[in-house]
Amino acid sequence: MSARPPGFRIEVPELAFGNDVLLQNFDASFTGGGWTCLLGPSGSGKTTLLRLAADLQQGGRAIADDGMPLAGRVAYMAQTDLLLPWLSAEANVLLGWRLRGHGRVGAAARARARALLAEVGLGDQAGLLPQALSGGMRQRVALARTLMEDRPVVLMDEPFSALDAITRYRLQDLAAGLLAGRTVLQVTHDPLEALRLGQEILVLKGRPARLAERIHLSSPPPRPADAPELTGLHAKLLAALAGSPAPERRAAA
Amino acid sequence: MMASLVRGLAVMLGLLLLWQLLVWGTGVPRYLLPEPLAVFEALWLQGPLILHHALLTLAEIVLGLVLGLLLGGLMALVLASSSLLSRWLLPLVIASQAVPVFALAPLLVLWLGYGMASKVAMAVLVIFFPVTVSFHEGLRRVERGWIEQARVMDAGAASILWHIRLPAALPAFGAGARIAAVVAPIGAVIGEWVGSAGGLGYLMLHANARMQTDLLFAALLVLCLMAMALWLIVDRLLRRLIFWQPDTLHAA
Repeated sequence: MSARPPGFRIEVPELAFGNDVLLQNFDASFTGGGWTCLLGPSGSGKTTLLRLAADLQQGGRAIADDGMPLAGRVAYMAQTDLLLPWLSAEANVLLGWRLRGHGRVGAAARARARALLAEVGLGDQAGLLPQALSGGMRQRVALARTLMEDRPVVLMDEPFSALDAITRYRLQDLAAGLLAGRTVLQVTHDPLEALRLGQEILVLKGRPARLAERIHLSSPPPRPADAPELTGLHAKLLAALAGSPAPERRAAA
Repeated sequence: MMASLVRGLAVMLGLLLLWQLLVWGTGVPRYLLPEPLAVFEALWLQGPLILHHALLTLAEIVLGLVLGLLLGGLMALVLASSSLLSRWLLPLVIASQAVPVFALAPLLVLWLGYGMASKVAMAVLVIFFPVTVSFHEGLRRVERGWIEQARVMDAGAASILWHIRLPAALPAFGAGARIAAVVAPIGAVIGEWVGSAGGLGYLMLHANARMQTDLLFAALLVLCLMAMALWLIVDRLLRRLIFWQPDTLHAA
């Protein structure tokens, strides 16, 4: 990375799906070089915020705080693995290189992809097609593909959701190590995961959605799950999430 | 593989037996329905003649198939490349199919002559539509997440087309190509019926006029075998090309 990873702001005047106003006069900023976790009930607009940051969603915009466009500096990991079924795990990890037309993928890039696959525990599966992999393995390939992009801003939508508890714990450590110092925005359903990884934890709630809670953690991630400071915050987060239930989405939405 | 071959042979033998029984039972004259043995006799005695015409027809079919797949594939790409072109051209493609293609056969013979060109053109005409429509449909229905992900990865439109849309649409193209492999022989033979100096269609017409029904059946048999072989080859090639798509219908 050449320069310091930029922070960014997301501004949304109004974003509605049909009559359902999801976001209104929404404005949130994300610290450059920091790891932010977005929590909130299903349908609270977490994924929409991530898509706005990735420039995949109309209705709002994301502005980098260094005045340069955010496009081209973002890696995005969607909720589904989006692996291409005709490419091997390794070729999927190298997809960005292939798409940007770097011609033949160089030996260095190939070695990096192999190393990343080995780090997510798929060293022996590099040559397999996605259909031969389990759901958790596929998600790990998608994670490796995201890390391979080597971008200053990383957006991840529930990147560990399909993993078993042990693998999840290990990969949280891995991601925290590899992405340290970058601007990370991660959507998660798991308060404990947010507490392990986030330097900033945002709780999104209501309709239109607003930031119901903002917690700042100063100790560096990844934090051990039994760290004493987390216990109190865990209860606080659960209360914030459960507290006043968000209004039900209309059936038509 | 072995089992399917045995199955095919068994069905064939059963049909031949039925045919023989029908001839014996009804006593139809030979010029209406020859017995299987007579057909095989004709096949044996007239072998070189049939082979000569069969090779001609085969060349027309294969040329028509290759050209039809190429043109249909190109048309689908053009339609997919711009919404403006698609709005103007797609109605034209569909309208072209509203003209009964077989009614055009005499015209094609008039324009392109009695030689191979008119038959190849005929085959191309019947292939073009299913290939274009199915491939175009495939190019349109690519998983949106793949495209979005590629856009975040800074891929240009050409790169997305080449690396994502094309392979993703291959199964749909395969469906069109399989139909094409089946209808290509029909196009070629119709072309031969309307006007030609060679080919299995010509031979059949000729034999029919001279009441050489056994020769007609022999030619028909060869045509069937050719069409089946063509389909098998195309199917096998497509399966190899689309290796990642498992057959879930009859999976054990």
